[in-house]
Amino acid sequence: MPKNTALKSILIIGSGPIVIGQACEFDYSGSQALRSLREDGIETVLINSNPATIMTDPSMADHIYLLPLTTKSIVQILKEHPQIDAVLPTMGGQTALNLAIEADEKGIWKDFGVELIGVDIDAINVTEDREKFRLLMDEIGVAMAPQATATSYLEGKEIAQEYGFPLVIRSSYTLGGAGAAIVYKEEDFDELLRHGLEVSPIHEVMIDKAMMGWKEYELELLRDRNDNVVIICAIENMDPMGIHTGDSITVAPAMTLSDRTYQRMRDMAIHMMRSIGDFAGGCNVQFAVSPDEKEDIIAIEINPRVSRSSALASKATGYPIAKIASKLAIGYHLDELENQITKSTSALFEPTLDYVIVKIPRWNFDKFEGSDRTLGLQMKSVGEVMGIGRSFQEALHKATQSLEIKRNGLGADGKSYTDYEQILDKLKNASWDRVFVIYDAIQMGIPLSRIHEITKIDMWFLRQYEELYALEKEISSFTLDTLPRELLLEAKQKGYGDRQIAHMLKCLESQVYKKREELNIQRVYKLVDTCAAEFAAQTPYYYSTFENNMELADGASYAENDSVVTDKKKIIVLGSGPNRIGQGIEFDYCCVHGVLAASEVGYETIMINCNPETVSTDFDVADKLYFEPVFWEHIYDIIRHEKPEGVIVQLGGQTALKLAEKLERYGVKILGTSFEALDLAEDRGSFSTILKELNIPYPEFGVAETTEEALALADTLDFPLLIRPSYVLGGQGMKIVINKKELEEHVVDLLRKIPNNKLLLDHYLDGAIEAEADAICDGEDVYIIGIMEHIEPCGIHSGDSNATLPPFNLGEFVMQQIKDHTKKIALALNTVGLINIQFAIKDDKVYIIEANPRASRTVPFIAKAYGEPYVNYATKVMLGHSKVKDFDFKPHLDGYAIKQPVFSFNKFPNVNKQLGPEMKSTGESILFIDSLKDDQFYDLYSRRKMYLSK
Amino acid sequence: MKYQTRKKALILLADGTIFHGKAVGGKEGTSFGEVCFNTGMTGYQEIFTDPSYFGQLMVTTNAHIGNYGINNDEIESDSIKISGLICRNFSYHYSRDLADDSLESFINKNDLLAISDVDTRALVNYIRDNGAMNAVISTDVDNIEGLKKQLADIPDMNGLELASKVSTKEPYFFGDENASYKISALDIGIKKNILRNLAERDCYIKVFPFDAPFADLKSFNPDGYFLSNGPGDPEPLTEAIETTKEILKTSSPLFGICLGHQVLALANGISTYKMHHGHRGINHPVMNLLTGKGEITSQNHGFAINREEAEAHENVEITHVHLNDHTAAGIRLKDKPVFSVQYHPEASPGPHDASYLFDQFVENVKKAKK
Repeated sequence: MPKNTALKSILIIGSGPIVIGQACEFDYSGSQALRSLREDGIETVLINSNPATIMTDPSMADHIYLLPLTTKSIVQILKEHPQIDAVLPTMGGQTALNLAIEADEKGIWKDFGVELIGVDIDAINVTEDREKFRLLMDEIGVAMAPQATATSYLEGKEIAQEYGFPLVIRSSYTLGGAGAAIVYKEEDFDELLRHGLEVSPIHEVMIDKAMMGWKEYELELLRDRNDNVVIICAIENMDPMGIHTGDSITVAPAMTLSDRTYQRMRDMAIHMMRSIGDFAGGCNVQFAVSPDEKEDIIAIEINPRVSRSSALASKATGYPIAKIASKLAIGYHLDELENQITKSTSALFEPTLDYVIVKIPRWNFDKFEGSDRTLGLQMKSVGEVMGIGRSFQEALHKATQSLEIKRNGLGADGKSYTDYEQILDKLKNASWDRVFVIYDAIQMGIPLSRIHEITKIDMWFLRQYEELYALEKEISSFTLDTLPRELLLEAKQKGYGDRQIAHMLKCLESQVYKKREELNIQRVYKLVDTCAAEFAAQTPYYYSTFENNMELADGASYAENDSVVTDKKKIIVLGSGPNRIGQGIEFDYCCVHGVLAASEVGYETIMINCNPETVSTDFDVADKLYFEPVFWEHIYDIIRHEKPEGVIVQLGGQTALKLAEKLERYGVKILGTSFEALDLAEDRGSFSTILKELNIPYPEFGVAETTEEALALADTLDFPLLIRPSYVLGGQGMKIVINKKELEEHVVDLLRKIPNNKLLLDHYLDGAIEAEADAICDGEDVYIIGIMEHIEPCGIHSGDSNATLPPFNLGEFVMQQIKDHTKKIALALNTVGLINIQFAIKDDKVYIIEANPRASRTVPFIAKAYGEPYVNYATKVMLGHSKVKDFDFKPHLDGYAIKQPVFSFNKFPNVNKQLGPEMKSTGESILFIDSLKDDQFYDLYSRRKMYLSK
Repeated sequence: MKYQTRKKALILLADGTIFHGKAVGGKEGTSFGEVCFNTGMTGYQEIFTDPSYFGQLMVTTNAHIGNYGINNDEIESDSIKISGLICRNFSYHYSRDLADDSLESFINKNDLLAISDVDTRALVNYIRDNGAMNAVISTDVDNIEGLKKQLADIPDMNGLELASKVSTKEPYFFGDENASYKISALDIGIKKNILRNLAERDCYIKVFPFDAPFADLKSFNPDGYFLSNGPGDPEPLTEAIETTKEILKTSSPLFGICLGHQVLALANGISTYKMHHGHRGINHPVMNLLTGKGEITSQNHGFAINREEAEAHENVEITHVHLNDHTAAGIRLKDKPVFSVQYHPEASPGPHDASYLFDQFVENVKKAKK
């Protein structure tokens, strides 16, 4: 059956602000869905309160509503658009599904004659209500862990008595495993049960016998109206049961499943999807397999929607699940659609991989002082990276190199743990460094059997680690001059960075690079093509590896490279890597718009990024996608291969910016603001000299490298003081201190955590108002795109502050100072592109806190609020294609737009929720108000007074 | 664990192209065959022991091979049938409680030469563009000219009869002799899982050698006949084609798989041809034209039946087509309970989507018996 022609207008619900457990993967799926529906000539209407998304861009849908995700907003939209025929609620995570259910319960869809597509409500209810789900699985003969539901404290206690410990408590209808916990000891049970019941909106928990150490798998399914089902990807969790899949290191394809067991699992997954309801779309099923001879398979859960894992599966296989799921929702059958990568074969098939992907989560425990850093059933990571390689080892190394936590990979960087007890403890209590500790344990000589006994990680993975360490030892017995080509090639094939090899050989990274050149060991690029090269593919989605040579009959000898370089003029955009607090989806928004703008003005665009959740790593976005670590070695090799005119670093946040210095050193052109200017803004000393010359005030400050120096500075600067390390993100390690005792404590702490760092001490302007401006500059003219005033006073990180656009109570005099300062600084820094400047205002005097000559977190917000494509403009300026005066700026905003931060504190119950100079929010939403008389503004404003009174 | 150095090895194609790699284990030697690739991500053991792969140098596209070792029950015949293995990463260590052995030890016992660390993707790209061809894998890396000479003497797969090399020499029985239905199966390279699937469906099977005359098959007094999968070109299988023609005269139920499907086509005057590089994998989409449903199938064939001739045949109906290249994937006779498919409903390895075909066959048998 071809598509349902009765569907002419469809509403899509987004997932709202980023929180732990629901991140930018839903911007990716939503954007794909919108594009997919539009391809079929369907009118699209979108609701999402998150302004930092690509999906909410005017170009993405016909009607976009940046409204709170409530049924009130839904009714408003349906009234304004009576033509809406259907709603697709499966692209916006649990948030969208929950809203769709609520609207359904209230009869809203019925009232407006709107059909639910891509899912059916019964299916959601079955899968979310753990008791119903258990009964259904029982009925269809799918095994589950022994379990029972409890709706009261007493019931829970009885169940525990029956099963014994360890037990798992899971709350019904929650997100990212909220309320879930493993209970090892009876004495912990009461509190965890109470918490589980509390967080469930229907006060229901499922209590399972804990299947500790069982192997964990996820399957991603697609099903059409004709009941055809295909498995897009099987993902194996390297971390077995006990760690939330969102916090697990995961691998695709499954590494340790025999065909027999895999096919059993496949049959079960299909059976489950067909049993929960009649709907066309995507579905995710999780299983556990007993690690013994029985290979028993039990079902854990099923999610009848596009999920975080389906975003990962799409990037892992090249099969765009959300895009196809949208087509299936409007009636297409799989066999009527083409494989989006080969463009010549059918979409009804199962992708096959000739490479391995490894996903590693990225945690931000440093932002949540006092939080429990142990991984468990509740997801705690804020982002993730994916490494692609031609072996598990290579993919694992590339993923670790993508994390951006100052590691070069596994081992060989002098950062290994070397304390036996500490390693054992870390093996027992998995945390953010899980992936490294296994290597360290092997290095220390702890037997694999012992590591397996503690971690339950499959021996196959541990053997892979062991092989890596054996290779490291072998290489370390050579010098740069004696190292054979074979061995160097093998090290590169297994993903070791030049830096790591340099560490093993006790030489410089550049020497290893040179040696590689001499021996002709060059990176080659391979295609992600869904079919292991069985068919020619049309889609330019690449990853790097190293290969043995092939020789043609005519004698030509080379390692084959799938990435053919064109003779078009081209640019590279560096992505922002994994999401983390302080650097999230906003920068992906900027990168995507940078790519699109460069493409508009005739460049071939090349994107480099390693975050599988993003739109920038959608192979439909740039002309070429290199899914590679935003890590020097990988980037430099791509640059050498592609020879672009230049590289854009100012859109990818601090990640991309940090590489500017090295790019400059290696003679690579940085498009837009030069490295010199970027560095000038970052260096407080030189920057304050400029401010002084421009006669612009700034808080008194000083630089200290020791506690002694800091204490001496305090005498001249006066308390309160704001202390922070240099070159950090999102205010990491920032603190306000009011006396010498606090100063000493914090400085000692900082120097311990980040040795050899320069500390900046600012005199803190107590009770000041904070504001920020973003501007585009071409070196001659400056256009201020927006000025925002923070509602909370100075001292709360700008990312955590509520802020209004435009300012709500800054007088003409202050505004003029902000404008003048912004223009002067932008020009003085020779900015070409974007710049963000933060101000503190006290007694009508505007001080400069800092200037960042790059895209900032607020740029997408301002662009959405004013309905203007600022990143597009800025990119054209960077490319030298346009001048500021070429654009016809027409910002439009009635009333005010308020940026509201959103926190994920519920994942960290013991953490101090008090806000300060260190950023803690994970996402943001936008709220439009007509006037300052709006109640919601009043609420926020009263909070400001509370802060000031402290 | 100590670091292990591996010997150099290579694969030389008939057109002179060379791909470099390393020898698996300590084994040395040279092995010839037609090079083909399989894209399955699981099921290496089943593939290596599948008689249909006899005489082929197998390129596995999955990044790792050998991860879960070898299990003595998960075999499709008693020995390894491929003539050589070419892979990217060979797992010397496996992990599976149910495993009986490592893949390394299994290939050593079967005296199979395997080479790893080959850029298998480049090799697959090459075969895709230039077609399947004969090749040699060898650790004799300094003797390219010698290898070229030997390779030139290897016969072409086109026109090559191989069923005789893998077929049983003597008839044998499979299943429960008290089962409801009796099936005579012609073994032109039969996979064990076909027999398991039939036995599970209440059938007792007598398996006959590739050249068994119809009278032998009939003497078992079967309720239905089966034509197995197998290696090589179907055209030279004159005895099997003759036997099939005789079976068709009886109007008894008949089911053919893969090579058996091609033999059924030939018995009906539909020709077969050698494909450019064949279908080998466990993700092949097939459309069942009778039900309008798709199925994901396990495939392994280098020859196919002529679709135009099948369409033009008055008594033949095309029941299944391959969704990627629209080749004929299944046929049936309009006037008899006779059908066949080009792919592998017995899976092993691969999805079970098509196992309903065994049900259909047994249903036909049941009806015919009444």
